[in-house]
Amino acid sequence: MITAENIEFKYPDGPQFKFPSIHCSTENPLLILGESGTGKTTLLHLLAGLLKPTSGSIVVDGSNTSSMSGASLDKFRGKNIGIIFQTAHFVNALSVADNLILPPFLTGEKIDKQKAISILERLRLGNKANKKPGQLSVGEAQRVAIARAVMNNPRLILADEPTSALDDKNANEVIALLEEQAKNTGAALVIVTHDKRLKDHFKNQVTL
Amino acid sequence: MNLIKISWSNIAAKPLNTALSVVLLSFGVGIISLLLLLEKQVTEKFDRNIKDIDFVLGAKGSPMQLILANVYHVDAPTGNIKVSDAQKVLKNPMVKDAIPLAYGDNYEKWRIVGTNFKYPEHYGYKMKDGRLFSAPFEATLGSRVAQETGLKVGDTFTSMHGFDSQANDEDAHHHDHPFRVVGIMENNNSALDNLILTPVESVWLVHDHGEDEGENHEEHAHDDQDHDDHVHDDHAHDEEASQEMTAYLIKKRNPLAAMMLANVVRDTNMQLADPAIEMNRLSQNFGLGMDTIRAIAILIMILSFVSVFISLYNSLKERKYELALLRTMGGSRGTLFRLIMQEGLLLVIIGFALGVILSRIGLFVLSSFLKENFQYELNDIGISTGEIVLFGVTLLVGMMASLLPAVRAVKMDISKTLANA
Repeated sequence: MITAENIEFKYPDGPQFKFPSIHCSTENPLLILGESGTGKTTLLHLLAGLLKPTSGSIVVDGSNTSSMSGASLDKFRGKNIGIIFQTAHFVNALSVADNLILPPFLTGEKIDKQKAISILERLRLGNKANKKPGQLSVGEAQRVAIARAVMNNPRLILADEPTSALDDKNANEVIALLEEQAKNTGAALVIVTHDKRLKDHFKNQVTL
Repeated sequence: MNLIKISWSNIAAKPLNTALSVVLLSFGVGIISLLLLLEKQVTEKFDRNIKDIDFVLGAKGSPMQLILANVYHVDAPTGNIKVSDAQKVLKNPMVKDAIPLAYGDNYEKWRIVGTNFKYPEHYGYKMKDGRLFSAPFEATLGSRVAQETGLKVGDTFTSMHGFDSQANDEDAHHHDHPFRVVGIMENNNSALDNLILTPVESVWLVHDHGEDEGENHEEHAHDDQDHDDHVHDDHAHDEEASQEMTAYLIKKRNPLAAMMLANVVRDTNMQLADPAIEMNRLSQNFGLGMDTIRAIAILIMILSFVSVFISLYNSLKERKYELALLRTMGGSRGTLFRLIMQEGLLLVIIGFALGVILSRIGLFVLSSFLKENFQYELNDIGISTGEIVLFGVTLLVGMMASLLPAVRAVKMDISKTLANA
C-alpha cells in the first residue's frame, strides 16, 4: 500500500520533475509507463526512499518515508520495500542462498535459510542455491532477484524495468512471478517501465 | 550469516589481491618478529654468560676472539699463556678473583674445559646427577652435552685433540686417557650447558702424555677445591710454573683495576680484554646489520599496507553496485563502513598471524644452524612484548589503509550508483 501526493524532485544542477499522484493498493498492481528521460527511475527511487522529494509526501503502509532518514530509513526500506532492478545484481562473493538471506540479516530479522531454499524451489531454482550469482542466466538472475525482494514479506514491491532485458518468454514469466509473489506476501506492486509489452497486462496505469 | 562472513567471502573471492597483501605483510611482520626474538634471546644469552666477569686474561690476539672463545665458547682460543706469567697479573691486589680455563680437547664436538669449582659456581650450577669433578680425568657434563652425546654418570669417553669437530681422525684420539663421567649438571642457559668440565690437570696430563703420575693428580685436584680463594698456593705454583692456561676470567676489586692491570699486562705476550666493551663492539656491528634488515622489513610492511589500500579501493569500484544494493536491503551507512573496515583488518590480521608463524619457522631454522655451528640454541618462541606492540601498530595502520575506502563507501550516492548501473 503506497500513496504519493504532489511529489516534486529537483536534481542539484539538473532537471526538475513534477510527478502525478500515485496510489497503489495490494489488490491492484500499478504500471507506471514512460519514455526514457521522463524520470521513471527517479520516481522509483523516490518511492523507495533512495531519494528525498523536494516537496510532497510518500506514505508506505501508513509511514511517511519522506520524513525518515539515516539508518532508520534504511531499515524501514529493508523491511517493507522489496526492490527489483532492470539488471539483477548480487553480492557476487556469496552463494545464491546466502544472497537471499541478506535482507533478513541486514534488517535484523530472524534468518531462515530454509525459507530461502523453499522460495528458490518454488521458482524452480532449487538446484542453484549453492551456486554463485555469476553462474545464473539473465532470466534466472531476475527470478532470484524477485525471490530476494520478497524474503522479508514486504508491504511494497518496486520493480524498475524488470523485463526490458528479457525475451518474451522470460518477460512473461517474470511478470507472472511478480504478480504471484506480491499476492502471496500481500504486497502492493509498482512496476516502472517503458516496455510496451506490459501495457495490456495491467489495468491500473499511470503515464509520465 | 554475519558481516564477517560477507567480508570474508569478499576477500576470498579475490585470491590474487588478497594473497599479495597478505604475503607482503607476513614477510614484513615475519622479519621484524624474527629480529625481535633474536635480539631478546641473544641479549639474554650474552648477558647471562658475561655475568660479573670484568676481564679475560689470555694470549695476545684479537680481544673479541678472546672473549668469544673463553666466555661464550664459540670461537677458537687465541693460544695459551704460561701460568707463571699469568701469576704476575693475578697476584695484583686489584684482582679479586680469577677462574682458570684450560682448553685443548673435545669429545665429539663438545669442548673439554679444564677449570676448578669456581667456574660452575660462577654460573650458579645445579647438579642433575652425580657430582662435580674432583680428580683428573673425571668429567662433569653440561646438560646439552649429556643430552646430545647420551653419556651418563659412570660412562667413559676419550677426547680428541683440538676444538674442531672435524678433527675426527682416529689417530687424534687420546686413547691413553679415558675420561670418566662423574656428574651431569642441570640446564641453566649459560655456557656451562655446552661444556665438559674437568680439573685443569686432566688437560695438562693429556698433553704431557702422562709425565706426571697418579698421586700428583689427586693433589692438584685437591688444590683446586681447597684453595678457592687464592688462585694457587706456592706449592702448586712451582709445579705449574711451566704449565699453560688458555685464559683466566677475572673479577676486579675496584674500578681502578682496569688501568692498573693494563699496565701489568703491557709488554707481555698476554692481553686483558673487557667482555662488556667487546660485546658492545660486536652488537654495534651486528646492530647495523639488524637496522638495515629492519628498515627493509618496515618498507615491505608499508608496501603491504599500500597493497591493502589499493585492493580495497579497487574492489570498491567494482563493488559499488553491490554496496548500494546492501543499502536497499536494509543495510545502513554504518554497515558498509564496518564491512570495508573489516575486510582491511581481516587482511592485516591474517598477514600478521602468518608473519608470526613465519618468524617461528625462521627462528627454528636459524636455531638449528646455530646449534650445529656454535652449540647455541634459541628456543623461546613465546609472543614478545615487541610483537604485541607490532600487532597494535599493524592494526592501526591497517585501519588507516581501510579508512578512505570505507568512508567512500559511506558517502556513496546510492540512487546515482543504482541508476547508472
